[in-house]
Amino acid sequence: MRKAKTLLAVYLAYMLEYRAELFLWALAGLLPLILLGVWTEAARGGGFPLSSGEFARYFLMVFLVRQATVVWVVWEFERDVVEGRLSFRLLRPLDPFLDHLAAHVAERLARLPFVVLLTLLFFYLFPEARFTPEPGPFLLGLLLTLLAFLLRYTMQYTTAMLTFWTERATSVEEVFFLLYLFLSGTIAPLEVFPEPLRELALLTPFPYLVYLPAALLAGQRVDLFPGLWIMLLWGVAFLLLARLLFWLGLKRYSGQGA
Amino acid sequence: MAGASPIVLAEDLTRHYRVARKEETLLGTLRHFFRRQYHTIRAVEGVSFRIHPGEVVGFLGPNGAGKTTTLKMLTGLVHPTRGRALVAGHVPQRREKAFLKKITLVMGNKQQLIWDLPAMDSFRLNAAIYEVPEGEFRKRVLELSEMLGILDKLHQPVRKLSLGERMKAELLAALLHRPEVLFLDEPTLGLDVNAQVAVREFIREYNRRYGATVLLTSHYMADIAALCPRVLVIHQGRLLYDGALEGLLDRFAPYREVGLTLKRPLPREAFLPFGEVRELEGRELRLLVPRERLTERVAEILKRLPVEDLEVRDPPLEEVIARVFKSPMEAL
Repeated sequence: MRKAKTLLAVYLAYMLEYRAELFLWALAGLLPLILLGVWTEAARGGGFPLSSGEFARYFLMVFLVRQATVVWVVWEFERDVVEGRLSFRLLRPLDPFLDHLAAHVAERLARLPFVVLLTLLFFYLFPEARFTPEPGPFLLGLLLTLLAFLLRYTMQYTTAMLTFWTERATSVEEVFFLLYLFLSGTIAPLEVFPEPLRELALLTPFPYLVYLPAALLAGQRVDLFPGLWIMLLWGVAFLLLARLLFWLGLKRYSGQGA
Repeated sequence: MAGASPIVLAEDLTRHYRVARKEETLLGTLRHFFRRQYHTIRAVEGVSFRIHPGEVVGFLGPNGAGKTTTLKMLTGLVHPTRGRALVAGHVPQRREKAFLKKITLVMGNKQQLIWDLPAMDSFRLNAAIYEVPEGEFRKRVLELSEMLGILDKLHQPVRKLSLGERMKAELLAALLHRPEVLFLDEPTLGLDVNAQVAVREFIREYNRRYGATVLLTSHYMADIAALCPRVLVIHQGRLLYDGALEGLLDRFAPYREVGLTLKRPLPREAFLPFGEVRELEGRELRLLVPRERLTERVAEILKRLPVEDLEVRDPPLEEVIARVFKSPMEAL
């Protein structure tokens, strides 16, 4: 417990050194709010499964879910390997998986004020997005956001393990990001996908990273099952794969650059 | 000492790397893209030694000799291709928590401190990770920072510290968990003479106070001469010598150095019959004379040259080492 507390406190201090950058990063996550403008406008014409107010709420929640699930571990890990800093992490009796996770959680706390500020601004600009959520689905949505963060972190950590082989694992992540962008519901809610594509997307891990938690938070009617099981299954699969790759990677590791 | 069980054991320790080879021409680049060719680098080849608890051992070798790879195998960062290591009763590459808590690795060219925060934050982090209790943590920071003379620097951001202060803070961070075995890779790299001496004295004092075992690599012979009664010499991945520092001189430097001050300057040719001229400046010179002919040559010098002062000493350690590393493996 003391370990976790100190890790968070020190990493929070570290993140706060980069306040300006954090603000810019939060701003860089504004894509959903731009899309919101597009979709609400389109919805005014009718013919969509969601009303323009529902679109506004959905994209606001997409913005919040994405802010809560930002992950950059693959870039960090790649730099660690290339610059030889991984050696220091490996010498400590703390798994790098948990070390990086703590830094991510601390960053989340440091980012919070900016996100609140941007949300207030958003409510001011889009009054139709204001709503009082039902506590049950909203709490469930928060829980799913936490799970989404853990899933995204585990997925990217798995990609990061490829650094042991390629030293350019970030390129692989960029390919993943394309899939993420389309299948996660960041660009459009899954309701507007053609049926076969929607069913296919729901078998991949991506919709659980954004769509499912955002839709729950926005108060949309969504089926929790079997989605939650698929999400957990992917989580466990990536976790096991990450452990396997870490183990294999260490055998190859030459501690270069250090 | 010889009967006690070793705290560091290396047996036939070997590490090979497979490295892609590319020719520098455009054709070479294309070929490299489609079909890579690899060759094997034998970074460390069959190295064996034992270090007993409390020993301070110097690890010598030119760049690329295999020193750092050996240290990485002993700290569990790199898996050996062949052979085995045992450090403080653990197989290093298993990276068991109990093992990691018993060792530390300091690399002079790398830092673990968080750059933008005061060193104290990094210490606090390490104390939590290594599960050092709060009271003990405060005591150790105070004690070590006093020994290192950086008590007033702990609350400044690391980036504002001088290189010497940073290295001292690195040492403190690396020793907070009071490891039994210290692997120090060039801990005085780039430091000015004062800081070098301070770090050296600290290592000596730390070893004396806590009985820690130290394996140290350094390019500065002064570090080795001051700290290490025993040295390991590694060259092209193979262990060349394991023994006392003086023995190294006997084995690789069958010469003594004769320092002369003359009454008047003489041309270089005048000294050739007596030995190899290492340095000649005005009336001062240094001659290398084979050990077994020393008495006879000194007598000749005194008889034939206008000597004002004469001194016989061991050649500088740097020269001996340079001589060892310049020779091909077979000649040694």
